[in-house]
Amino acid sequence: MSVRVIIPTPLRAYAGKRESAEFQVKTVGEALMRLTREFDDLRKHLFTEEGNLRSFVNVYVNGEDIRYLSKENTPTKDGDTISIIPSIAGGSGCGSDV
Amino acid sequence: MASKAQTAATDKAVQTLTNEEILRYSRHLIMPEVGMDGQLKLKNAKVLLIGTGGLGAPLGLYLAAAGVGRLGLVDFDVVDFTNLQRQVTFGTSDVGKPKSEAARARLSNLNPDINVEAFERRLTTENALELFADFDVIVDGTDNFPTRYLVNDACILLGKPNVYGSIFRFEGQVTVFGTPGGPCYRCLYPEPPPPGLVPSCAEGGVLGVLPGIVGSIQAMETIKLLLGSGESLAGRLLLFDALPMKFREFNLRKNPDCPICGNQRTIHKLIDYNEFCGARGEEAPTPDLRVPEIAAREFKARLDRGDDLLILDVREPHEYQICNLQGHLIPLGELPRRLHELDSSREIVAHCRSGKRSAEAVDFLRKAGFRKILNLKGGILAWSDEVDPSVPKY
Repeated sequence: MSVRVIIPTPLRAYAGKRESAEFQVKTVGEALMRLTREFDDLRKHLFTEEGNLRSFVNVYVNGEDIRYLSKENTPTKDGDTISIIPSIAGGSGCGSDV
Repeated sequence: MASKAQTAATDKAVQTLTNEEILRYSRHLIMPEVGMDGQLKLKNAKVLLIGTGGLGAPLGLYLAAAGVGRLGLVDFDVVDFTNLQRQVTFGTSDVGKPKSEAARARLSNLNPDINVEAFERRLTTENALELFADFDVIVDGTDNFPTRYLVNDACILLGKPNVYGSIFRFEGQVTVFGTPGGPCYRCLYPEPPPPGLVPSCAEGGVLGVLPGIVGSIQAMETIKLLLGSGESLAGRLLLFDALPMKFREFNLRKNPDCPICGNQRTIHKLIDYNEFCGARGEEAPTPDLRVPEIAAREFKARLDRGDDLLILDVREPHEYQICNLQGHLIPLGELPRRLHELDSSREIVAHCRSGKRSAEAVDFLRKAGFRKILNLKGGILAWSDEVDPSVPKY
């Protein structure tokens, strides 16, 4: 068993279309690092150049926002699920403008 | 020309239902959870829908069907043919009509006993507070970040709940912001993504029924708020993932440091939301990329002359299947890895659907040293308009 990271729809294109990835890790930060190491394109969508988690991306461990736990130091254990929830805005006109 | 019932709903609390209303809402009335009291609450309620599109469609239909006494519909747009895939309040004969008016007509037909008002305008910092003041609940069915932050802030400043829903392709989010002690949109997302960083629109599109589901959940949450029953989604983010058909839930907490609803508030009035959402754009590509371009007609003329032009198509494979100019397909996202497929000694004309992605491609290639490269202005859409109308537009 390990920790499952669920990749949200808007970011799956940058993760080889994967819906989730599993890692043997001890903290959320470690999981995100492993994720962006495996999928380099994801990094700029999740992190700023300084390495901080982007403010329009929220990360949850089993339903709790890591901002209210220990942020990237939040510990994880086998069977935990990390969810990445980016801000989405579609509603009225999900049209392409390209 | 409001009927007696409609006038009453806007003036003071109505205490009775007509016999016709009792029959219309009988399936509500026979439920103890609703009953006459509940139905009267709905009749006296005033709900404002921001956006009458994909989310607004089921919202309007179900709130009208349920007998919400006053519905306001805010939308500045007109019905487009491509809307019909998901905006089910509209029919083919509505194409070209203002959405708020077409929706108003549909909802009034569904339920002539309620008051439906169309506000054909764009929601702005100047009009939001005045518009919201008259309503009890605001429902956010918009499709862009600046408006979502505007709706949130106006609701917080006025103390009104905001039933929020948003979608992207197969996923949706629903929650209720702005309840007493509950979080707001800024608590969840203090800042929007910079304009250039959201996934490219080639990744966009939406399965039509998705806003139908998410908007229906918003309608349900609105009715629960009005009835005061059940457990509201306030404080919870409901995530719906249609492909695996999974619902997931996340705890949403009020951020004590939230600038508009926290302990030390710094925002006391509405701001410039375009600036707020665009100001993060240091890393975003400039909106109107200046690159050398070629118009569709000139491109056609040069091809007819026999000029040796390499056509580079930077769209996605599924778009190529819809229509193509037989170009060499390298989706924009793959360009950096597949540069070697392009011969920089040849003259290249890059195109996409409307010219935006290909402008980025040309910019990228010029920075990579390509000197003979042009962007097809207006993309394959312009080619269809100006050169070959048999090429389908999408």
